[in-house]
Amino acid sequence: MTVGTPASTVLDKDGLDALIALLAGDGRTVIGPTVRDQAIVLAEITSGAELPYGWGVELEAGHYRLRSRTDGAAFAHSAGPQSWKTYLHPQRERQWTADLTADGDMEVREETSQPPAYAFIGVRPCDLRAIAIQDRVLGGGPHADTRYAARRRQAFVVAVECTEPGATCFCVSMGTGPAVGPGYDLALTEVVDGGGHRFLARAGSAEGEEVLSRLPHVPADEETAGTARRLVEEAAGRMGRTMPEVDLRALMQETLDADRWNDVTARCLTCGNCTMACPTCFCTSVEDVTDLTGEHAERWRRWESCFDVDFTHLSAGPVRASPLSRYRQWLTHKVGTWHDQFDSTGCVGCGRCIVWCPVGIDITEEAHALNAERAAARGAGEVSR
Amino acid sequence: MTVLAPDARPALPPSPYRVVDRGRETSDTATIVLEPVRSALPPFSPGQFAMVFGFGVGDIPLSVSRIEGDRLTHTVRSVGAISTRLASLEPGAPVGVRGPFGTGWDLSAAAGLDLLIVAGGLGLAPLRTLITAALRAPERYGRLNVLVGARSPGDLLYAGQPERWRNAGARVLVTVDRPDDTWRGDVGVVTGLLNRAGFDPDRTVAFLCGPEVMMRATARDLARRGIAPDRIQLSLERTMHCGTGHCGHCQLGPLLLCRDGPVVRWDRAEPLLAVREL
Ligand SMILES: Cc1cc2nc3c(=O)[nH]c(=O)nc-3n(C[C@H](O)[C@H](O)[C@H](O)COP(=O)(O)OP(=O)(O)OC[C@H]3O[C@@H](n4cnc5c(N)ncnc54)[C@H](O)[C@@H]3O)c2cc1C
Ligand code: SF4
Ligand code: SF4
Repeated sequence: MTVGTPASTVLDKDGLDALIALLAGDGRTVIGPTVRDQAIVLAEITSGAELPYGWGVELEAGHYRLRSRTDGAAFAHSAGPQSWKTYLHPQRERQWTADLTADGDMEVREETSQPPAYAFIGVRPCDLRAIAIQDRVLGGGPHADTRYAARRRQAFVVAVECTEPGATCFCVSMGTGPAVGPGYDLALTEVVDGGGHRFLARAGSAEGEEVLSRLPHVPADEETAGTARRLVEEAAGRMGRTMPEVDLRALMQETLDADRWNDVTARCLTCGNCTMACPTCFCTSVEDVTDLTGEHAERWRRWESCFDVDFTHLSAGPVRASPLSRYRQWLTHKVGTWHDQFDSTGCVGCGRCIVWCPVGIDITEEAHALNAERAAARGAGEVSR
Repeated sequence: MTVLAPDARPALPPSPYRVVDRGRETSDTATIVLEPVRSALPPFSPGQFAMVFGFGVGDIPLSVSRIEGDRLTHTVRSVGAISTRLASLEPGAPVGVRGPFGTGWDLSAAAGLDLLIVAGGLGLAPLRTLITAALRAPERYGRLNVLVGARSPGDLLYAGQPERWRNAGARVLVTVDRPDDTWRGDVGVVTGLLNRAGFDPDRTVAFLCGPEVMMRATARDLARRGIAPDRIQLSLERTMHCGTGHCGHCQLGPLLLCRDGPVVRWDRAEPLLAVREL
């Protein structure tokens, strides 16, 4: 460490407010959780007062409700309807434009608008991993998505460890939380007890360290650090859901013709909500628009869902015409073939797809059912817990 | 962040090209030749594809059917809005091109061995570059067998070229499903020609492109006749919106076909194509 900041420090609520003001003052667009329309959404915030102090959430399959908390905590709520991909991999984006020139040629221009420099406040450990997964998908490979990479490089990430997992959370199964992994600039752990309302803070990058040194802070005391560690450890024991403790990639490969797919397909509306809510789902479609002169064309890209029947449109018809094949694609991709394509799982255990499914389909329940069916077919052990 | 690839090559936006030649192949198919307006894209190899942009309608994946210096040739069948636009472009018309994308044919796998090329319909387009490459280096390969199937005599591509391939030493057999009065050649599906091709399964590498059912049937047949599955290569088609591995449309189980394909070996493809609606 170069600056005179201790390894970890403690901020109070004013310190957190100062952090937001400082990041905004540096020209960043600060995005954080805030209460709107009966939900904790992600939106631009300008002060700590906009954080959801005193709000928690009640989660179940197909169910989300705000509830007030007596402890006044700001980050004791789990994932909301959106994720950070809204900002890093926007829902709709212009990629390039083309104009016909007077001499009959075509001039093409890459989109040059400057993406904002974001600061993200309150990135959950699961969501931090989701960002790392999208980094591989969109920022890796032989052809990087340069606009994604530009937004990503500029983003300042303030992670928050989880002390209050939701009933639909299973980050422990996916190895993504509730303690924060690498990739943050600053990490916070919220502690509210007799010692006051405070945030244990540590830097994960030189930039984070520099920002921390400019804030009013005190070195972390033993008690705050110990309580923070204990709260995160206890959270790990309170996960609402689990995945079967088996190789999920192999499970998916070996159950492609399972009966369970018929069962879940009878319930699934193929609405695609799960794919929109999922922080790692990245699929897109492109659209070309022309103006009235017919001489100016624009290429737009928008989020797309593999549940859309046109997703696999070929001139001979869709490849995945049946709802069964589309639900199977979603689940087997998420926890199975994602490994083949991008060297990691595509699920971080945030639970969003469970909460925002209108009929309450639960990815963990489906995985357990597939595992049970496989075990029954093998007539042997390996049953899920 | 460290995972962001530092040496990645951006594949946007398309490079301006211009149509310099166009010829009709069949009632619904045309071949267009494109030339860069300014600088050319990196060189394409046989079996690779480009995303070709028709102004105001969009872009679609098209294989290169001939590679000559900086010029790219595509053979396009009109099946929808974009392909119909591209197939009707006259010389001078502007297009945009991105690429090269995809794996391409692994011709090196056939070094010292015989080649068996099986094309169904438009599948001959990506195979033509391979035939040309093999004929250019006869010392490197053994016998070249080319089996071509089409719906009808009127659907045969590249009039006159099979004759040139024969003259250059290839054996070319052609069959149609529906003959007309003038047809003197074979009738029936392309797998019907396999007996006459007379190849030695132990020293043959096969390259297939055509409708998926035709490729599946042919690959199975060839494997049964003793060609090792990893010596059978096929070029697969799925929807593609980006060509760069980001849009997700071209997944076939573990494969992203724009990146891990379109050319895939049968040992990899067989179990995937065996699953309905994968
Ligand atoms: C690797 C590869 C190589 C190919 N090589 C050739 C070739 O050499 N020659 C050739 O003629 N063809 C080739 N094709 C097939 C060719 O790309 C398709 O025929 C072409 O995309 C058809 O486009 P279209 O707009 O004319 O027709 P459409 O069938 O209308 O649309 C084609 C594309 O537009 C999109 N699309 C259209 N409608 C919808 C919708 N309702 N919802 C969502 N998406 C939609 C999809 O991406 C779709 O693939 C190749 C395909 C691949 C994958
Ligand atoms: S699949 Fe569901 S639980 Fe997993 S990351 Fe996506 S939304 Fe979260
Ligand atoms: S699983 Fe639920 S959210 Fe996903 S498509 Fe089916 S009904 Fe919609």
